[in-house]
Amino acid sequence: MSVPRFVVGIDLGTTNSVLAWVDTQGPDLDPEAPAIAVLPIPQLVKAGVVEPRDALPSFLYLPAEGEMDAKALALPWGAPEHVVGTLARARGAEVPGRVVASAKSWLCATGADPSRPILPWNAPADVPRLSPVAAEAAYLAHLRAAWDAAMPAPLAAQEVYLAVPASFDAVARELTVRAAEAAGLGGARLIEEPQAAFYAWIAASGGAWRREVRVGDVILVCDVGGGTTDLSLVSVGEEAGALVLERRAVGDHILLGGDNMDLALAHAVRARLAETGTALDEWQLRGLVHACRQAKERLLGADGPEQETVLVLGRSRKVVGGALRTEVTRAEVERTLVDGFFPLVAADERPRSPRRAGLQEIGLPYAADPAITRHVAGFLARHREVAPEGPSAVLFNGGVTEAARLRARLTEALDAWRGAAGAVRVLAGADPARAVAVGAAAYGLARRGRGVRIRGGTARAYYVGVEAAAPAVPGVPAPVKALCLAPFGMEEGGEVELAGTELGLVVGEPAEFRFFGSSVRRDDLPGTVVEGWGAGEIEELRPLETTLAAEGEEGRTVRVRLSARVTELGTLELWCVARDGGRRWRLEFNVRQAA
Amino acid sequence: MSAGRVASVLVLALVVAGADWLAVADPLRACAPCLAWVVAGPFVLALLALAILRPAAPPPAAAPAPPPPDTPALDLLAALQDEGRLVDFLTEDIGTYSDAQVGAAVRGIQASCRKALEACVKLEPILRGAENEPVTVEAGFDPGAVRLTGNVTGRPPFRGVLRHAGWRVTGVTVPARQGCDARVIAPAEVELP
Repeated sequence: MSVPRFVVGIDLGTTNSVLAWVDTQGPDLDPEAPAIAVLPIPQLVKAGVVEPRDALPSFLYLPAEGEMDAKALALPWGAPEHVVGTLARARGAEVPGRVVASAKSWLCATGADPSRPILPWNAPADVPRLSPVAAEAAYLAHLRAAWDAAMPAPLAAQEVYLAVPASFDAVARELTVRAAEAAGLGGARLIEEPQAAFYAWIAASGGAWRREVRVGDVILVCDVGGGTTDLSLVSVGEEAGALVLERRAVGDHILLGGDNMDLALAHAVRARLAETGTALDEWQLRGLVHACRQAKERLLGADGPEQETVLVLGRSRKVVGGALRTEVTRAEVERTLVDGFFPLVAADERPRSPRRAGLQEIGLPYAADPAITRHVAGFLARHREVAPEGPSAVLFNGGVTEAARLRARLTEALDAWRGAAGAVRVLAGADPARAVAVGAAAYGLARRGRGVRIRGGTARAYYVGVEAAAPAVPGVPAPVKALCLAPFGMEEGGEVELAGTELGLVVGEPAEFRFFGSSVRRDDLPGTVVEGWGAGEIEELRPLETTLAAEGEEGRTVRVRLSARVTELGTLELWCVARDGGRRWRLEFNVRQAA
Repeated sequence: MSAGRVASVLVLALVVAGADWLAVADPLRACAPCLAWVVAGPFVLALLALAILRPAAPPPAAAPAPPPPDTPALDLLAALQDEGRLVDFLTEDIGTYSDAQVGAAVRGIQASCRKALEACVKLEPILRGAENEPVTVEAGFDPGAVRLTGNVTGRPPFRGVLRHAGWRVTGVTVPARQGCDARVIAPAEVELP
């Protein structure tokens, strides 16, 4: 097969998706500063109006019967199966029960099966539903159609890199690849988002990045987007005179971002208005959230004004008579957002856990503690061995970090934690709204040998549960030991087989294994058995299952060994390998069952 | 009855009549009425058949209402209303509101209408100079694009003061609305409890 002409990076974001590309046959492709372009994506912006936008909002709307004329939903490449993008987001705000949002976060939420039609969550009974995987596939299918309509060669035949949160475990990565397959992009490879942001920074620097980092640096990539916060640590080393970058640690999936801040400010303003006897309805609150977002951006920008007017126009035809107006001061934003979300905390503070209610609603596990600085402190403490003095540099990404004041506050916290080790250096980031897509494409070029690569491998070690031999006690689950199957940092294409451990599996009968992952135990080797671990050290993921199929051998016991492989796409495959004859059976993630 | 159907039927009759003529012209030469009947008969039959066997009338087409001829103008108005609430603003009686109330609302309306206008229409001034500064209007100017006021005498070039630089549209990109009634500038909104 010939080498694809285009290298494409896709940021399949929680709230916005972006596609960036580079033509490898283009004239004078400079590997130090490649010309990576963002594809304008035609999409419905209102019923009947198609316009190109740089980002496709990751929202999917399910119209009621007869709600919209089919002609009003047509796209340049034909009638779409689902309404996605700007119109879906706008309509979804008006009809919340019919919109699918944050589908991506459902891929790694363990409360429900992401391959079953469960979204929109809590929708009325007559609303059709689809699975988080199908929703992600719909966004990818739209991007693919937009590409195919605009570019000279089909997207399916190009080299596609799909950015996923660094916090995605093996199961969520596998589900992302399934969504890509459903969208006809079966060959898409995965890259971690903070790494992509780092590649974008390298590509934007035009080679100057080598002067901005030093050997021994540990760089915190802090990506605060609309709905999620994603953290990684990248270290700088040296080998044979050349700088070597390595991704050393990744954080958890934190459902906390700019949307929370806009809501917090709007609620503060609403409470103030309520004191003066002005009650806002839901529609006005939405307008207020939007107005607060704009006010926030101006007030927190460099040299922002002391106060901003926040205006919500009248909903009826009385646009002037029904208008509400109030002032938001910088002090108020400072109190609500800067101190509320970025308090200066001690290095040993941890995110506060939610108070456990007796009956918990299943849903997305939104972060209980809004303080992003506490989440960062917790992350750095867990990976203290990577950066004992704290990170020496920071690269910001995500829309929230566009606000100069918030960057300054985060930097202030990092400085305080480093103490005598000296101030943290801020690496001037690229355009945060596009960096992940652009960086994913830059990663593709780096893989072709055009540019430096970040080493890293898998961001977790993976384990299967082995029940410890212990006397049965009613009401107490048998203690479980974790047998390391795949070590931390396994490189793409790498394969390990557990030589010492043999299991007897019965042909024709389903076998199930408990499955665990750890982002902190970086020294466990395949075959290591871990007995007892601290909270958050090893986390249970969805179980693994397989059914050994072998014609005519039903009931026979086969001796197998477990083996793990990291695929070219970046997913983890687990296999049972028969000791005799070398037959293999793939272990599948059982997503039907909560972990 | 379409001319095409008549023509094709007459061609068929002509073929039959021609064949009749070749076959029986000699034997029937003595009987002129017989010959006339044999040759003219196919034409008579064809026309009768045409009259009796009328084609099934096509179902009355659900004639799509032709779009109003001024659709682009309506689309522009819809864009200004949708983005900037312009129609609501221009039709509202603002006489009873305080200046502060009007002022606050107008800031919002102006900002969003401006955004909508910039998205739909590209504008440039007709004369480049700064307003309230001296300007020269050269000979051969377009009287439709430059309006002279005050003491207009003599011949160009005219020297005067630029009072208004004018506006010219250099590009229009009004988003076309598909599958909607162009006359609907803003749909009525009904909230279900």
